[in-house]
Amino acid sequence: MAEEVKLFRTWSSPFPLRIIWAMKLKGIEYETIFEDLSNKSHLLLHYNPVYKKVPVLVHNGKPISESLVILEYIDETWKQPPLLLPEDPYERAMARFWAKFCDEKVLPPVADVLVTQGKEQEAALAQHMENMKRVEEELKGKKFFGGEAIGFADIAYGWMANLLSVMEEVTGLKLTDAEAFPAISTWLQSFSDVPLIKENWPPREKLVSKYQAFREKRLALAAEATSK
Amino acid sequence: MAKSDVKLLGAWPSPFVNRVQIALNLKSVDYEFQEEKFDNKSELLLKSNPVHKKVPVLIHNDKPICESLIIVQYLDEVWTSGPSILPSDPYDRATARFWAAYVDDKWFPLLKELRTTEGEEAKAEISKKLKEGLVLLEEAFIKCSKGKGFFGGERIGYLDIVFGSFLGWLKAVEKIAGLKLVGELVTPGLAAWAERFCSHEAVKGVIPETDRLVELAKIIQARLKAQSAPK
Repeated sequence: MAEEVKLFRTWSSPFPLRIIWAMKLKGIEYETIFEDLSNKSHLLLHYNPVYKKVPVLVHNGKPISESLVILEYIDETWKQPPLLLPEDPYERAMARFWAKFCDEKVLPPVADVLVTQGKEQEAALAQHMENMKRVEEELKGKKFFGGEAIGFADIAYGWMANLLSVMEEVTGLKLTDAEAFPAISTWLQSFSDVPLIKENWPPREKLVSKYQAFREKRLALAAEATSK
Repeated sequence: MAKSDVKLLGAWPSPFVNRVQIALNLKSVDYEFQEEKFDNKSELLLKSNPVHKKVPVLIHNDKPICESLIIVQYLDEVWTSGPSILPSDPYDRATARFWAAYVDDKWFPLLKELRTTEGEEAKAEISKKLKEGLVLLEEAFIKCSKGKGFFGGERIGYLDIVFGSFLGWLKAVEKIAGLKLVGELVTPGLAAWAERFCSHEAVKGVIPETDRLVELAKIIQARLKAQSAPK
């Protein structure tokens, strides 16, 4: 049977980007289906009834959801190099640990910084800096999380390479620092320099406008809630 | 392999620790268990899991591995002579991982909330969401089991261990909240599976007795109330 690979994505979400990077790394051909999350297609709801989100990968008619789950599926199904996860079980455990840390611990405070102000925003920023210290320690002495080439954890953290500066522009706050986090700064550059990464960012100006509008909307909602 | 090569830092009431114990049993791995106290963490724990400072931590040949799902996969990938925990087909593996994440990220937090919720209306709201989740898991069970007794098919597998490890607390919370969540009417597959799972060789003696957990919940609740009481 001819391989049929479809990816449901939005133009801006960083999670489907992870899947695009993985597929381009492996040279997998796929069809893209753009979703408007304010008007979800029947297909998306059919393929991801539990979360109704992107990304969804559909391989020969079978859907897989949740970006980190999809990445492991890709690595196990298309076994050609590069391997996204290392072969050594301990190194695999480390890659999975740091990817989980990214999604469970690093992302939420960054999202909070975007949609809050005042004391709440300060607290989120402080938590973010604590997380950055952890990531800095892990990256010390390494070019990428995966070593010499990008791997599972690099793909997980990849959103930082464009979205941190977008968030900085929208909020006026510093989210990283070349002096305090030299390993992260080097990693951000090295990751961005990988040609297939460079070629696949969503348009920056559009991202800034989108996150600016999102911040304003959330701040307005919060103000309304407290004034009731 | 010498017993001292594998050490598990854990706590008896933690379902996340229970998962790892079940996996170790399935693989017939000899290991040393170090019981950790919540309010007095050992040096070894703090050194082995500086990021989260939590159990379980598996220490294998002096290298620590943290996060229960990651530990279970590690065990499966290292002890390949024992029965496989994850399915062999990539799509089945993805399905198992998807539902494992759902159980941990969406379903269990609701169970924890129900444990400490007071008021019939509030309890009803959370238990409704829990039951909706159980209906999804019942469907998942039917798909994954393919007519056999476990999520893993004929043998216990990843999703059995991940979801099954919560059965102790599920029964305890049912008692505490005074309601039934898993039942033969709405979730017959899960009801039968739960009994099968709890009586499995690798599971017996790992998941704590319901009454013990209920007692512990009372103690924790009392402590929390004392801490937040006005001084």
